[in-house]
Amino acid sequence: MDIFLQQIINGLVQGSVYALVALGYTMVYGILGLINFAHGEVVMVGALAAISALTALMGWGAPIWLALPLSVLFSIAACMALGYTIERVAYRPLRHAPRLAPLITAIGVSIVLQNLAMMIWGRGYLPFPTLFTNQSHTLGGAIINDIQLIIFSSALLMMAGLMVIVHRTRLGRAMRAVAENQHAAQLMGVDVNRVISLTFMLGSALAAVAGLMVSANYGLAHYYMGFLLGLKAFTAAVLGGIGNLRGAMVGGLLLGLIESLGAGYIGDLTHGFFGSNYQDVFAFIVLIGVLVFRPSGLLGERLAERA
Amino acid sequence: MFSQSKKEDILRNVLKGFPHPLSRKWTRGISVWLMCLGVLLLPFITDAALGRGWVRIADFSMLYIMLALGLNIVVGYAGLLDLGYIAFFAVGAYTYALAGSPHLALAFPAIFPDGVHLPFWLVLPLGAILAGIFGVLLGAPTLRLRGDYLAIVTLGFGEIIRIFMNNLNAPINFTNGPQGISRIDPIQVGGVSLNATQELFGITLPSVHLYFYLFLSLTLVIVLVSQRLEHSRIGRAWMAIREDEVAASAMGLNTRNLKLLAFAMGAMFGGVSGTLFAGFQGFVSPESFSLMESVMILCMVVLGGMGNIAGVIVGGVLLAILPEVLRHSVVPLQQSLFGKVLIDPESLRMLLFGTALILMMLYRPAGLLPSRLRRRELDDEEKVETL
Repeated sequence: MDIFLQQIINGLVQGSVYALVALGYTMVYGILGLINFAHGEVVMVGALAAISALTALMGWGAPIWLALPLSVLFSIAACMALGYTIERVAYRPLRHAPRLAPLITAIGVSIVLQNLAMMIWGRGYLPFPTLFTNQSHTLGGAIINDIQLIIFSSALLMMAGLMVIVHRTRLGRAMRAVAENQHAAQLMGVDVNRVISLTFMLGSALAAVAGLMVSANYGLAHYYMGFLLGLKAFTAAVLGGIGNLRGAMVGGLLLGLIESLGAGYIGDLTHGFFGSNYQDVFAFIVLIGVLVFRPSGLLGERLAERA
Repeated sequence: MFSQSKKEDILRNVLKGFPHPLSRKWTRGISVWLMCLGVLLLPFITDAALGRGWVRIADFSMLYIMLALGLNIVVGYAGLLDLGYIAFFAVGAYTYALAGSPHLALAFPAIFPDGVHLPFWLVLPLGAILAGIFGVLLGAPTLRLRGDYLAIVTLGFGEIIRIFMNNLNAPINFTNGPQGISRIDPIQVGGVSLNATQELFGITLPSVHLYFYLFLSLTLVIVLVSQRLEHSRIGRAWMAIREDEVAASAMGLNTRNLKLLAFAMGAMFGGVSGTLFAGFQGFVSPESFSLMESVMILCMVVLGGMGNIAGVIVGGVLLAILPEVLRHSVVPLQQSLFGKVLIDPESLRMLLFGTALILMMLYRPAGLLPSRLRRRELDDEEKVETL
C-alpha cells in the first residue's frame, strides 16, 4: 500500500469538506467583513439533523433512495433557517456597532447552539447509520471507498454550482455588488438585507452538506464537532485569501493535504516525539504562518487590514 | 432683610462644615468602610452561614476576579477580543505544577531525583513572564492585522495548548497527559504553609481562609495596577486605539506595540492567577482549561462592563457563584417539577452564558455597570456612518 498516495486521497476528501465550510466563512466575510464564528456550529447542526432524519426515515422502512435525499433536504432546510436566524438575531442589529460587538455575539451564538445541541442530541457520539455496503477500491496502491468518492465528487459539484450562482445569476450579481460597495449597491436598487440573508442561507446550506459528509466519513457526529471543524475551515479560508471564493476552495483542499500528509509523516520526521495525535495542530501552524507571511492569503488581492 | 436665596446660601455655608448625616459623601464613606469590613470578614461569615464549601467558592471567585481583570485589560481597555484567555492561566498553572511538584522526577530521574521544588514566590513571576512571552508570541503575528484575526487565533491557541497538555506525556512525560499533575507544593507565605490550619493572634484560620486572604491581597494589587494603568499614558493610549485605531495612529501612537503590550499584560495577569490556582488546588489537569472557561471569563468582563474595574469585579463574583447556585436550585427544582433532571446545571450554565453574551451586546453593550467612556462609545445614538 502506498502511504503517500493514501494520505493524498484522505487529504483531498477531508479538504473538500473544509472547502465547503470555508466557502460559508468567506462569503459572509466578503459581504459583511465579519467572521461568522457560529458557522462551525451550523455544520454540527447539519450533521446531527441529517443523522436524526436518516435514522427516523430508515426506521419507518423508507428505502435508501428516498431516505437519503429527504434527510439531506431536511438538514439543508434546518441549517438555512438557522443561518437566517443567526444573522437576524445576532448580526443585523449590530451591523453599525463597533467591531467587538458582533464578535462577542457570535461566540455567544456558538455557545448557545453547542449547548442546545447537547440537550437535544445528548453528550455522546451519534453513529451514522449504514446506508449501503461501503466498498473499497484500490487506486494505484491506495484505497478509496465509496463514501469518500461520493464526498469528493459531490463537493466538487456543489462548488461548481456555487460558482454558477455567484457568477451567472441575478442573486450572484447582487451579492458581488454588495460585497463591492454596500451603499452603491443599495442605490442601484439592490435589497441589501435580503442579499445578506440569502448569503447566510447559502453558506449554511453548504455547511449542512459538509456536516453530513464529515459524519458519513467518520461514521459519527457529536455536539462538539463544529468547533474544531469551524476553526480549520476558517484557516482554509484565510489560507486561500478570505473573501475570495476560489481561494476558499483551494485553501480547503490544500489544508486537507497539509493536515493528512503532516499527520502521516510527523512521527517519522520527529523520530516519534510527536505523533499523529498532533494532527489538529497543523491547521493552527498554517493559520499563524499565513498571517505572518501572507495575510492576504494565496489568492487574495485585498489587504487584510481594512481600518 | 435677606432674600430667600441669600438665606439659603448662608445656611448652606454654615452647614458645609458639618456633613449632613444623610449626605451622599457621608453615606458613601460609611458604606465603603462597611464593605471593606464585610470583605475582610467574608470567610468567617460564609463559613458560619453557609459552610466551609462556600469559603472555597469565595477563594475561587477571587481567582476569577483576577482573571477577569486581566482579560479586562485586553478586551476592555484595548478593545481586543481574546477568546483563549484561559490558555495563559494554563501556562501559569503548569509552570508551578512543574516547578513545584515531584512530577519531573518521572521524566528526568537523573537530574531531579525528587522533582523540582522552587519556592512559590519565585515561580509566581516566572509563570507571569512565561505567560507574557506566550502572549507576545501569539500577538506579534496577529496584532498588526484586524481584530477578528486575533479572536480566532486566540481561540485556536486555547485549543492547541490543550492538545499539548493532553499529549506531552510521551515519549517524555512533561504534563502527565489527561491525568494531570498532582501533589503540587502548597503555597507558603513567610515559611508558613497555607495548606494547614494556622493560629494567628488567637484566631484559628483554616487553610481556605488563609488562601482567601492571600488571594484578596493579590486581587487588591491587581485592582491597583489596573486602576493606575487605566489613567496612565498607556491606558489612555489603549482607549484611543480601542475607539479609533486610525486616529490613534495618526496621533503618533505606535498602535501595534501598544496592543502587544496590552495583550502581554493581560496574559501575565492570567499567568499569575494560574500559578495561584495550581498552588491552591494542588492538582492541575487539562480539563480545567477548556474553551468554556475562556467564555466564562469573557462573560464576566462583558456582563460587568468592559473597561470598568468595579463592573468586572461584580461580574466575576456573580458568575463565580452562579454555577453553585444553579447546582443547588436547578436540580431539586426539576426533580420536584418533572420527577427527573432534564437539563443538567452545567449545560444550563453555559446556555445562560451564551445568551447573556448575545443579549448584553444587543441591549446593554456597555455592561451592567458601564464605564462612562465606554458607554458613550458603544452607544448607538452617535453612530457615525462611514461611506
